Amino acid sequence: MEDMKDIVLEYVIEEYLEDEDEVLTYDSPLISGGIVDSFSMVSLKRFLENKYNITLPDDKATPEAFDTVNNIVALVNEFLK
Amino acid sequence: MAYSDKVRGTYNGTLQALKDKGIFKQERFIHSSQAADIEVEFPTGASLKKVINMCANNYLGLSSHPDVVKAAHEGLDARGYGMSSVRFICGTQDIHRELENKVTEFLGTEDTILFPSCMDANAGVFEAILTDEDVMISDRLVHASIIDGMRLCGALHDTFKHSNMKHLETKLQLHADKRLKVVITDGVFSMDGDTAKLDEMVALCEKYDAMLFVDESHSSGFIGKTGRGTHEKCGVFGKIDIITTTFGKALGGASGGCVSGRKEIVEMCRQKARPYLFSNTIAPVVVAGVNRVLDILSKSTERRDKLEKNTEFWRQGLLDAGFVLQPGDTPIVPVMLFNAKLSQDFSRDLYDEGIYAIGFFFPVVPNGAARIRTQISAGHEIHHLEKALAAFKKVGEKYGILGKTKQEIIEMYGL
Repeated sequence: MEDMKDIVLEYVIEEYLEDEDEVLTYDSPLISGGIVDSFSMVSLKRFLENKYNITLPDDKATPEAFDTVNNIVALVNEFLK
Repeated sequence: MAYSDKVRGTYNGTLQALKDKGIFKQERFIHSSQAADIEVEFPTGASLKKVINMCANNYLGLSSHPDVVKAAHEGLDARGYGMSSVRFICGTQDIHRELENKVTEFLGTEDTILFPSCMDANAGVFEAILTDEDVMISDRLVHASIIDGMRLCGALHDTFKHSNMKHLETKLQLHADKRLKVVITDGVFSMDGDTAKLDEMVALCEKYDAMLFVDESHSSGFIGKTGRGTHEKCGVFGKIDIITTTFGKALGGASGGCVSGRKEIVEMCRQKARPYLFSNTIAPVVVAGVNRVLDILSKSTERRDKLEKNTEFWRQGLLDAGFVLQPGDTPIVPVMLFNAKLSQDFSRDLYDEGIYAIGFFFPVVPNGAARIRTQISAGHEIHHLEKALAAFKKVGEKYGILGKTKQEIIEMYGL
């Protein structure tokens, strides 16, 4: 579980942050905090699908479900079961 | 009456919020032709003030050029005022097709289709050529009209970090399974004035079987040795699959735009692009003017050469004075002030000194990146630029920012 959190957090930092000094945590608001916009969410969704060999339906891949690393990990775990 | 007090109050509340945030836009009325020297009424009702225009997209100084104005008059006489029809019913004249052919030759493409504006070209092209089996991969700083066009299209949309080719490559790999892939960028980015790495982008697109789309609105007519655009400057002339550009900036500055590129792409737009199908195209008078502009630019590089020299003079003058500039070599020269209020105060003081230049701040540019965006023209003479430099120095001294670094200015005024 912790491993997946770190993998997702690392991807988000690498993918979306321009400023290396900015700090993100598992609970940082990604969508509502303006770090990830709705367009850019696509790459995160595809990354998760490829990495964990799952399919996330569009109606589940909502801005709320993608708003924090913790939320994302919970969503992925739902589809891993 | 459906327009109740509640409705009116809703809008007034929204408008007041814009005013409270300091982002309420007001037009300034110009009482002269578009040129380096203009007469401005601002605020509304104030007496006219003669100022030097440092913020027009009139890069080649052709907006009021006598030959272009004459051609427009002749076009008006020969082909009338309006078409009263969309292109495919009875709204296409010989001069519309003449202009499309001239643009094709000028940009080094296979075919061209005119649109009422480049905003319309960008709004229509993606939906016309892509489906939900495809992907659009865009630079994160592309123009708002491209973003709107992508929103209207059912294809998957992803982004890459601004001008970051390594990141773009990872995205091309990520979406390798898609039927069609389009990489999307501006040629010259309008707020920072930097140039896309089209040579590297062409190579990546060839490697990963993707098309390349470039918006050349801030490039056509003056970037590259003969002014053909960013693709000429980057050595990839003839290799861009889709170019959109405007006639509302360097190319006469009136209105209109186009999609120019592979012939199948242009034909798909002719069959399916909604702003083409459901709107009149460019009026004959404007078509005649743009045709003359392209004749002028095809015969001589004099105007873009002068623009290049003016740009060097202006950029060097600002650097020598101690301003912080966005690096680059295009006629878009942003003077960085970082603080939003400082950008507005600076612009107001410049106006008092007879210089018309606008301050931009969030959300038009990133938070903490407020600036005065100056735009140089071949219509400027050195005396215009010298006067503008003197005004910039005077106002810069007033605020104590000359010779200061980015960090020092931020420490003085905050973000």
